[in-house]
Amino acid sequence: MSTGPDVVVSGSTATRQRLRALIRKEARQLLRDQSNVLVGIALPVILILIFGYGLSFDVKNMPVAVVMEDASPTAQDVVSGFYLSPYFTPIPLASLHDAEQLMLARKVDGILYLRSDFSRRLAGGNATIQLLVNGVDANRGRIMQGYARGAIAQWAAKHASTGTANPAGAVTIEQRLWFNEANNSTHFLVPGLIVLIMTLIGALLTALVMAREWERGTLEALFVTPVRATEILIGKIVPYFGLGLIGLMLCLLAAKLLFAVPVRGSLLLILLASMMYLLVSLAIGLLISAAVKNQFLASQIALITGFLPALMLSGFIFDLRSLPLAVRTISHVMPATYYVELLQTLFLAGNVWPLIVRDCAVLAFFAVVLLALARINTRKELD
Amino acid sequence: MRDSLHRILILCRKELLAILKDPRSRIVLFVPAILQSLIFGYAATYDLNMVPYAVLDQDHSAASRDLIAQIEGSGIFRRVAQLQAPPQIAPTINRKQALLVLHIGQGFERALAAGDSAPVQLVLDGRNSNTAATASGYISTIVESFNARWQREHGGSAAPLHLEMRAWYNPNLETRWNMIPSLIAALSMLQTLMLTALSVAREREQGTFDQLLVTPLRPREIMVGKAVPSICIGLVQSSAILLVSLLWFRIPFAGSFLTLYASLLMFTTASVGIGLAISAFSATMQQAMLYTFVLLMPMMLLSGLTSPIGNMPEVMQYLTLVNPLRYAIEMVQRIYLEGVGFAWIVNDLWPLGLIAAVTLPTAAWLFRHRLA
Repeated sequence: MSTGPDVVVSGSTATRQRLRALIRKEARQLLRDQSNVLVGIALPVILILIFGYGLSFDVKNMPVAVVMEDASPTAQDVVSGFYLSPYFTPIPLASLHDAEQLMLARKVDGILYLRSDFSRRLAGGNATIQLLVNGVDANRGRIMQGYARGAIAQWAAKHASTGTANPAGAVTIEQRLWFNEANNSTHFLVPGLIVLIMTLIGALLTALVMAREWERGTLEALFVTPVRATEILIGKIVPYFGLGLIGLMLCLLAAKLLFAVPVRGSLLLILLASMMYLLVSLAIGLLISAAVKNQFLASQIALITGFLPALMLSGFIFDLRSLPLAVRTISHVMPATYYVELLQTLFLAGNVWPLIVRDCAVLAFFAVVLLALARINTRKELD
Repeated sequence: MRDSLHRILILCRKELLAILKDPRSRIVLFVPAILQSLIFGYAATYDLNMVPYAVLDQDHSAASRDLIAQIEGSGIFRRVAQLQAPPQIAPTINRKQALLVLHIGQGFERALAAGDSAPVQLVLDGRNSNTAATASGYISTIVESFNARWQREHGGSAAPLHLEMRAWYNPNLETRWNMIPSLIAALSMLQTLMLTALSVAREREQGTFDQLLVTPLRPREIMVGKAVPSICIGLVQSSAILLVSLLWFRIPFAGSFLTLYASLLMFTTASVGIGLAISAFSATMQQAMLYTFVLLMPMMLLSGLTSPIGNMPEVMQYLTLVNPLRYAIEMVQRIYLEGVGFAWIVNDLWPLGLIAAVTLPTAAWLFRHRLA
């Protein structure tokens, strides 16, 4: 080493040396156990594949039973909209009873039912089509109702333009879906996935590893050496930070190459925000382990305070604006909420500065406070 | 036989003591399950209310005001801004002040009165395209009823055809009704799996497992003794969430408790089997927990909890066939909401039985054949 031969080792040089040694030790420890590498590298890959290819809110080909007691050309014409729609896979059936059996067996998600007097009543201007949906999956049921309404409205429009014109006008909606013109749910799931992976590597992995050291007393062995508590923490944070960055890179590459998610904002900001959030979740992990010093408890608490809120409460899947005040308040003290908003905006909308500045400030605040708390809770003392 | 039972009982008692002796473990096993089912019951919903929206009305006519009044009166939307010019739309959406902007152009009323189609523009924030689609659906419903009324009042014939919609088992199509029953299975699995995964690994790490192996207990007895306490804890957790669902959210229970508990027992046994196999395979607690987690995440995501299995590509749908949670969620939802009996859930029960029949003996075999 070139630190001057017989100069007394100054305080800062000693710190640097101890840090380097600690980081090397932690990195080796991290890489030696294959289960760590599994969580750090393999799990992100698995999740990327699941999120990119597995999860989808874009409903297509919903099986629907079609029961037509009236087989007139008019009735056929009305129902043809369902046959042409990419959203439905109609299954023609002879009786309502058969259809109900299929619905019970979950072979169809809904039943479209035309009574025998359908075309007679349509001529009279007052016909009804019945749509029964299986409400057990409420979201799917509602989507189905929406598409069915669309199919009927289309028929009505065609009918109006060819035949009896309607003397009174009608409002039509021209819809513009900003930021996600193709209405592809992968575009918002992939940014959300990055949040999950950062939470996982940060909070869960560190909580576990540190709790293990507390539990087994290996931290105490470190305490008798000259290293300071701050140095121990930095030695822990650096390798896991590196692992988190690898996970981030995997996600970004997959987003770009596999799923073609647009990056409309600055990539640099995405990286910066992710690093801040990674620090936040590392700090949460350290804090949890220092507080409970037990692997089972640490993993449970990391799961309950880190992973589940990131999935359910962060606005990643469920919209936050419709929540009751109390639950919304909880979601607003979760760092993940701000990170989700940042990523969805940076990926899909672009550099919306007022939003970015606010969310980054909040994340930075969380990072500083939580790291300080973790430092306070990691003292060189025995209990 | 009786000796064997006696030994198993003693082991069960010891396991329960080991889990429940720490007051913090007692708390962490029961309080979060209840709290989470409460919070997620409110949070995990695709239904929208108080949707913030903005209006850009360039027509200033009776008709445009009437349309806005209908949206306002629906109780779903909350107006946050009244825009004056089109350039204001972008910042309103970008900053997330409003989820949607309704733009009524000039000549709206004139077009309506002339019997033409009168377009309104609906700009939606697609950052979460699922939410946007739901909100857009609400707006179309409102516009449809506006049209019907307008045509009635202005001498048009009413639409000749209308769609009458009904939903089985969940008349108002509330997401909560399917979410909470799924949580009965999902939340309890999360914890029982981890708890079980640690049970053998902890003893391995602390060196007490070797002692257990030299006692008269046979591997199969150790397996049962380790599984039963976890199954009990899992069932108690499920019951706690069931109570939240029945008493707090008051979601009507259509089925029979016997069917529900029988299927929960089968499910918990299968997931405990997976946990034990992982535990017997791992050398340390840390490994056990990380392996569990690597399994848990895909299981949660590919279970139909957050996005329907029917939407997944076929290959992924095959993958869900080995996921116990997939069957459990389907069973619990069907028993809870549809009130079906055993005949309809056999197809969910036997795969669970199969999973348990494979994992539990594997765990017992691993006890002896994988000495750390």
